[in-house]
Amino acid sequence: MLWFIGRRTAIAIPTLVAISFIIFAILDLAPGDPTSSLPLTIPGEVREQIREAMGVNDPFLVRWILWVKQVMIHEPISLIEQMTGIQIGSGERTRVISWQSRGPVVDTIAERLPQTTWVMGLAFIFGILIAVPVGVISAYKQYSVFDQIGTFISMVGYSVPTFFTGLLAIVIFSVKLGWFPSYYDTTLVVSDWSSFVAQIKQIVLPVAVLSMFNAAALSRFTRSSMLDNLSEDYVRTARSKGLKEKRVLVRHVLRNSLIPVVTLIALQVPGIFAGALITEQIFRINGIGHLLISSIHGGDVPMVQTLSFLIAALTVAFNLVADVVYGMLDPRIRYD
Amino acid sequence: MTESGIASQPPASQPYASREKVAATASGAGPKHRSLRGDVWRQFRQHKGALTGLCVFVFVTVASFVGPWLMPYDAVEIDIKMRNLGPTWSHPLGTDNLGRDMVARSMVGGRISLLVAITAMALSVFLGTTIGVLAGFFKRLDGVLMRLTDLFLALPVLPLLLVIIMLFRDSLRAAFGPEQGIFMLIVFIIGVTSWMQTARVVRGEVLTIKQQEFVAAAHSIGTRRRNVIFRHILPNCLSPVMVAAALGMAVAIITESALSFLGLGFPSDFPTWGRLLYDGKDFINLTPMRVVGPGVLISLTVISVNFIGDGLRDALDPKLRSR
Repeated sequence: MLWFIGRRTAIAIPTLVAISFIIFAILDLAPGDPTSSLPLTIPGEVREQIREAMGVNDPFLVRWILWVKQVMIHEPISLIEQMTGIQIGSGERTRVISWQSRGPVVDTIAERLPQTTWVMGLAFIFGILIAVPVGVISAYKQYSVFDQIGTFISMVGYSVPTFFTGLLAIVIFSVKLGWFPSYYDTTLVVSDWSSFVAQIKQIVLPVAVLSMFNAAALSRFTRSSMLDNLSEDYVRTARSKGLKEKRVLVRHVLRNSLIPVVTLIALQVPGIFAGALITEQIFRINGIGHLLISSIHGGDVPMVQTLSFLIAALTVAFNLVADVVYGMLDPRIRYD
Repeated sequence: MTESGIASQPPASQPYASREKVAATASGAGPKHRSLRGDVWRQFRQHKGALTGLCVFVFVTVASFVGPWLMPYDAVEIDIKMRNLGPTWSHPLGTDNLGRDMVARSMVGGRISLLVAITAMALSVFLGTTIGVLAGFFKRLDGVLMRLTDLFLALPVLPLLLVIIMLFRDSLRAAFGPEQGIFMLIVFIIGVTSWMQTARVVRGEVLTIKQQEFVAAAHSIGTRRRNVIFRHILPNCLSPVMVAAALGMAVAIITESALSFLGLGFPSDFPTWGRLLYDGKDFINLTPMRVVGPGVLISLTVISVNFIGDGLRDALDPKLRSR
């Protein structure tokens, strides 16, 4: 098992390097110029010197390796320094600087991360909490009314894009009924009961819309996984032993059925951030997705590079986690 | 499930089997003869959701492609006196802020949305099948191609799509004209970033089919490798490919409208459903139908395509069909 984890991690590193190359190469073709936002009064030769100092004219490979060094080595060290307060080395490191905010890219991302994590994380957890019981009951009572309705709703929830359900929720619940605000106020500080209620109110709509969407795919998957297991021989054995139905279902069938479900959940984690792109746009949440869209529109190449790379790194990491978890939960899987 | 199912079914591609079949139908000797296609269709009809989905999809497609000729309004005709209308008898979905009829615009939008979806799906299925067959059939290519597939699976698709569109939109627009350029770009990037699942499934299928006797027989009578692939292996992987095609189309519709929704899809003078939704969201208080109309169309189409995919999966599964 350890050998497998080690080998799998070793494969992940070249993947990350290849991804960083693709992301860097695509963005390097961007027509933008880092000096374009400087004052027009700067004479041409000075501008050229600035460009030279920034290393714009260096060969492509040199710039790529320097960027990888910044993103993979310098930024994590700086982050650790900030969190622990311990200085590592001389502290003289070049940081990835945003062209828009003129500050380190990672600082801006760290500022925006909590909003995304809260909304998307809650939606993710609620999605799981809804999906698993619905999937289990649907499979156990296959072709019952509950199953028919549940399957239909999950098909609809899975097919209807969040940008439509989100807008619909805004029209119904904030415009017509006025129950919840239509946008997310990040400056709200939870200090007393009323601000806590306000926080709950503003988080309800995005979380509800997203957890519906997450639950739909997951409950379909849980249902089919349960159905596969319910027809297995060991279920009949468990029943013939005289075990109570509940015990058969929870201890035997559910535990086995959840193995692929857990893997799917692990695989969906990086999707949280990609999903944030659209949801944050609808509900005006200034999280990671919002940051990415605004930097794309603003031509902020370092920010876009770092964010895309971050999401890719998360995807690779959670693919790894999913593989390992699958191997640990299911002893039938042998990696050698 | 499908893998073992395929194994038990007589390979339709075997020249002798098909010739016999033709002979049997031609002479009318077998009144109980059932063709594979007929069986699949019979099973498909059992799935009520799939049948309804098919009807809805055909209706939406026909309405989008034929509808604009029958409509009394033009999709780009501006009638400023009639702006921001709610649903009325003459304008069932209301009008937009320039007085253009929303039904006509939805029809024209449907044309582009469906064309994008079908072309992108075709590209993605083509890429996925090619890579899957190559990886499954040629052992030497397997490692490289599967690494490539894993790499593509790990790429953050939506952010990269946005960046690529941002960067190449203007140059493509200059080269091929505004509509053609963006159409090619969007179809290309949706196709290129969504072939991975098909490739994996097809590779698995090819690996099992390759081991079977009829392939060995074909090899042993000296069939060229190209013919083994095209006549014997490909026809037997058809069912996962068809299911992947249906699901890929749903993904393509959603991706295209998501791109348009983020303001990075088609320009607003070439409306797609996603673009109509995006343009309508600022008028959501005034004319909610501008959001509901295109939104319902996207959702209905995607639901029906997904149901068709479900039905196809059941119908192409011989285990279920024999019941």
